[in-house]
This record gives sequence, C-alpha cells and structure tokens, in this order.
Amino acid sequence: MCSCETPGPKSDLTLLDDAVARYGGDPTNLITLLQEAQEIYGYLPKDVLYYVAEKVGVTPADAMGVATFYAQFRLEPIGKYLIMSCQGTACHVNGSERISSVISEYLGIQNGQTTEDGLFTLEEVACLGCCSLAPVIMINGEAYGNLTPDSVTAVLKDIQKKEAACA
Amino acid sequence: MRIVIGEGSCGVAAGAAKVHAALDAALTPADGIQVGITGCIGMCYLEPIVDLYDGDALAARLVKVGEKHAPAIAEAARTGNLELVADLRISSEDEEFLSKQTRIALRHCGVVDPTSLDDYRKDDGYQALAKVLGEMTPEQVIDQIKTSGLAGRGGAGFPTWFKWNAARQNQGERKYLICNADEGDPGAFMDRAVLESDPHVVIEGMLIGAYAIGASEIIVYVRAEYPLAIKHLEIAMEQARAANLLGDDILGSGFSCDMRIKAGAGAFVCGEETALIASLEGQRGMPRLKPPFPAERGYLASPSNINNVETFANVTWIINNGGEAYAAMGTENSKGTKVFALTGKIVRGGLVEIPMGATLRDVIFGIGGGIRDGKQFKAVQMGGPSGGCIPADLLDTVIDYKALSATGAIMGSGGMVVMDETTCMVGMAKFFLDFTAAESCGKCVPCRLGTERMQEILVRLVKGQGREGDIELLEELATFVGGSSLCGLGMTAPNPVLTTIRYFRDEYEAHIAQKKCPAKECVDLLTYSIDPQTCTGCTLCARKCPVDAISGEKKQAHTIDPQACIRCGQCLDSCRFGSIVVE
Repeated sequence: MCSCETPGPKSDLTLLDDAVARYGGDPTNLITLLQEAQEIYGYLPKDVLYYVAEKVGVTPADAMGVATFYAQFRLEPIGKYLIMSCQGTACHVNGSERISSVISEYLGIQNGQTTEDGLFTLEEVACLGCCSLAPVIMINGEAYGNLTPDSVTAVLKDIQKKEAACA
Repeated sequence: MRIVIGEGSCGVAAGAAKVHAALDAALTPADGIQVGITGCIGMCYLEPIVDLYDGDALAARLVKVGEKHAPAIAEAARTGNLELVADLRISSEDEEFLSKQTRIALRHCGVVDPTSLDDYRKDDGYQALAKVLGEMTPEQVIDQIKTSGLAGRGGAGFPTWFKWNAARQNQGERKYLICNADEGDPGAFMDRAVLESDPHVVIEGMLIGAYAIGASEIIVYVRAEYPLAIKHLEIAMEQARAANLLGDDILGSGFSCDMRIKAGAGAFVCGEETALIASLEGQRGMPRLKPPFPAERGYLASPSNINNVETFANVTWIINNGGEAYAAMGTENSKGTKVFALTGKIVRGGLVEIPMGATLRDVIFGIGGGIRDGKQFKAVQMGGPSGGCIPADLLDTVIDYKALSATGAIMGSGGMVVMDETTCMVGMAKFFLDFTAAESCGKCVPCRLGTERMQEILVRLVKGQGREGDIELLEELATFVGGSSLCGLGMTAPNPVLTTIRYFRDEYEAHIAQKKCPAKECVDLLTYSIDPQTCTGCTLCARKCPVDAISGEKKQAHTIDPQACIRCGQCLDSCRFGSIVVE
C-alpha cells in the first residue's frame, strides 16, 4: 500500500471481507470489486478505494483511474433518493431537458448535486432503456414514464410528503 | 386458463408488477389459475400487457392493463368468459404491429417464460446445440453461418463466419468467446429485451459459437444498468449448468465450456471490442490499436471472438433451419432479419423485427403507424451517436447495410428514433456531440479535442451566437475527426453532424443568419408573447408561470415580460385558447 494520506472518515472495511474473498488477488476483478464496494457503501470512499486497490493488486492510481473513467462510480455520497434522469435519444426528442430543468428548479440542485437535506441526488444518465415511456426518470430503481413538468413535480412532492410523515 | 404477464423492464416500468400482485390477490389457489410471466412482447406502447392462454393457445391479449382490471381478468380466467375483458382486448390494428413482423431473433420474446428452461425447451430449445455437438464439425458450423450471410448485428455488419473462422485458425492455449451486451447507444434496447426475455437463446447461440472457435470460456459483458437482464441471464446460466448444457463434457460430447457474466460500469466506448477487452481486464475502457485483432490477441492476450447479443440470438435458428433458409430473406448484401427499437414521435413504439430489404417507410408507417398527434415526419435517426438522420424524401430507402450507409447514416445496432417537425436538427446534432464528447475516452487527440470543438460550435448555434463560416468549420472538423480517430467512436462521431448539414442545411443557416430555430425548439432563440385578440384573461398561464413573468387583470388580455420569461413553455401547454405565440 502506498504511503499517501487517506484523509476523511474511516470506513468499516470488514464489510468487504466476503467480496475480497471472492475477487481479491486478481487485477482483472478491479471493476467488479469496486462495484461490490459501491453497493455496500453507496459510493467509493477514498479509504475503500485504496483498500480495494491493495486487495486486487493494483496501485491506488490505477484504481482511481478506473473509478473516474466509468460513469457508474461515485466518489461522493448520494442522497436517500437517487433520481436518474434519462437523457437518451428518445427522451431527448420527447422533452427530457425540460424534465431535468424542472427537477433542478424544484429541488434547487444541478446535475450531480445532492439536496441539503440529503434526500435527493440528481444524476443525468445516458439511457435507461425504457424508450417507449419517454421521457423517463428512475428513482431508486423505480421508473416513472411519460412525464410532464407537472407529473414529475408531483412524484417529488409525494416522496417529500412520505419522508415528512416518517420524520 | 393461464394468465401470463409481460414483465420486461418496459412492462414493469409501466406497472406490470403491480398488475401481477393485484391478479395474485384476486385469485385463490382453489381457482387453479396459473399466473406466469413472460419477457418483452415488444409492444411497449401498450404495456402493461396480460395474455390469457387456453392450453398453449393464446385466447386473448389484454393491453394497457391496470390494477383495477385485476378482478375482471381473474373472473374471465375462471369462467372462460372473455366478454368480461372485451374492452381491454388488443385492437386488430394493434395486432398488425406483430403480424407484419418476421421474428427470428425475437421469436421467443413475449412467448416463453424467461426463467424457465422447460419453457425454452418446449419449442426447439437446445436442439441446435445437440445437433452441433452430435453431428457437426466446427468447420461445418462455420460453413452454415457463412451460408446464412449472418453479419454482426452490433452495428458494424462484419460477417460473423469470418470472425469465427479467424478465431478458430489462431492457436492459443485458451480461447474466449465474448458476448457484447454493453448496449450503449441511447435509444436502443433490443439486446436488453432479448436477454431479459429469452436468455437461453443467447446462451445456446454462444455455446455454438464457442464450439466453432474452440473456446473454453464464455464471458458476457452486460451493462450494469440492465439489472433484470443480468438476473435472467444468471438464472438461465445456472439452469443450463444443472442440465449439463454448460460446464464439463456438455451433453456427453466431450466439449467443455463454462460461462460467466461481467457487469459493465457505464462507458459507451466499451462497445468497441478492444475497449471492451480492456474493461474485462479490469482497466479503463480505452481502445487499442488494431491489428492485432482480438481473434489473434484478445482477452488476456488469448484469441478471442466478440459478437453482439442479437447476432447470437440468430444462431440457433440458422442451425435448426439451415443457412439457406436464413439467406433466403433479405437483399443481396444483407441477409436475414434485423431488430429495431422504434421510438420517438411514433404512434406505435416498440421492438420491430423485419427482413432486410424492407423500407424505412414499411417500418415507420406500416408497423409504427406514423407520427403521433397528426404531425409531419421530419427525419429518422439511425445508429445513434455513430449514425445519422435520414430525411423524409429518403423514406423508401431499403434496410440494407450498403443502402443505409449511402444515406450517411448506418444500420447501427438498431436504434430508430423518429422525429417530427418540432425536433430541431441542429439541436439533434448537438445532443449527439454532447454525448460523444463526454464519452470520448481521451486516448487520441482527434476524438478528444475534435468532438469538443465541434460541440462548442453547435452550442453557440443553438444559443444564437453562430457565426458565418461555422457550417464549413464543422464540416472541416468532421472530416478530420472522422478520418484520424483511433476507434469507431471517433471515426463515426461526426455522422450526426454531417447528415444533418447534408439534409437540413437550411436549419443551420437559419440559426446563424436569422438567429431563428425553425423547429422552435432552441429556447434561447424563442420569444413568447400573448395574442391579445384571443386571450380571454383566464389567468391560468399567469398561475402556471414559474417565474411570474405573466401579468394582467382577470378577463383582460395578459402580457409576457420578455426579460423575465425563461421560455419554459408552461404557458403554451396550459393555454386552452391557443393564445400563446412562440416565434
């Protein structure tokens, strides 16, 4: 392991034990192990990234190179609800830009940002593959299709209401 | 009666899983009604879809089903009285969406239960594999594929037999067969549909390919964004392994081959085969110089063969029916069928499989039902970021690798996005350059910098800051980027720009000279106003306006403050009197 500082809060690396047992020791498994790590921590904290690099046998620079190359990997924590706003061709033709800007305006965040209350993260993504429902967004894996500015706001309001009720 | 629900991703997104739960709730075990699932039927615009089967015969197909319909469907299944669901039954017009197609790659999609090996075997499942392993030499298999004329369905259209043969000829201790399921073209989803709906046909096709080239391992590289495809593929893989269709000494033939699935991590460039290999090896997905081709030095420096999902989905049919039967369909240089994902401003969107040689008009108007909302067809985008826009006067172009390339577009992987008069073609070119500039891996300069320079020009055009000479500059950059990039991504990135300039030059000129967007899509070039003659002063638009740019007394004509207006279009959508004027 390299001697660079790895600042930031310490992650519980034992959560990765299972995955390391399956994928450790083989550099070709770097992406798979990073995916497992992101599944566990929600993002890739720096100490996790270093740890994964060490376990598969690549340098931290290699691991960082891979983590920043692929769209799937996140180096920052995300909100409770991840809004993936589809920017595929069919969605574009059916007005996805406006849907994204309505979300941005309503929540006060730009693409890639998280709301201050930690509830929502907005992420514009390439194509969710539900083209016939365009324009589409996906929130924590659930797709909402045929959106209009009104209906997308209603979806967000519903979640906020639900969360307020829980609080 | 048996109830089958279409639960592909599109169906689930439209609510199929909720319908399934409602049907389960509406039935009791005493009813003896089976509720099963199938994959994507391909009629995405009618989802959720529920089929009622009488034995193996389809008794009724119900469309746009909601949870509230569950009791009626349950009762119809119990009593056999289809009158109860008469209002949900598919119309004869909509039935034509399927009846006009020729389904080979999609032949089991929406028919079989993707999680059942028995279902797949009911038809002719794994018979092709048994035939290949029992009666054919690898050379004979390659010969059949050669006779069929099957070409790579991922977009490039390279003859499949040639790649198989090259991988067969190359010596190596280990050889790999790789399936490219990294469907990255935004607007294409046929590979996802096949994997979700009929994973066994892909596994069987891959095994036949592995036998032909002498590979001992199969790797499927599939987009992580396709969780259902991965799940169904995993289930099918375990079933195949348990049934001795995968692993050691398959069907007692002495041929051994195993398989694993690798989830991609989101990079369009990984559709390029050398970049895909780099990604499989755990590295950044950057393309490598060819030669050496993967057939010589591929995954872990071993001979490797890469084909796309749809290509594999055709293989079993070819083995079962013979290469000649496949080659009997199509044109002189494009054989068989092709699957398209028909989307955009189309009446009937979904998955369409038609023989090569049909025209674009056949697909868009014959099957897709033409343009939505009575608007005019303007162009169809084919091939995604590597393809181009084909205008209305070329609608009779036949679907054929050569004929499509002649238009400046490409066959591509099968994305077919239809556009009407409200789609700005400069905006469309910008959309694709935004995409390729972001997805350029950065390895070679022409692609990394060239796509960005092109994108900058397009950005200024849609903002009304275009300059004289911008079109020519775009053309010059396009030639340079296309001619000198390392891989297919950069080589084809200029296509959306070149085709839109070629067919819609007047739109570019309007953006530059008049600072106008003829399609009225580029918001920076629009002005919103209210026609005082027709405005009734209902105040609806003023209430809808998110920035309070609209003012006026009740029952008096309203006005829009052009300084405050953000051109979001909410007033236009809300006005019931057609009083909002956009110029």
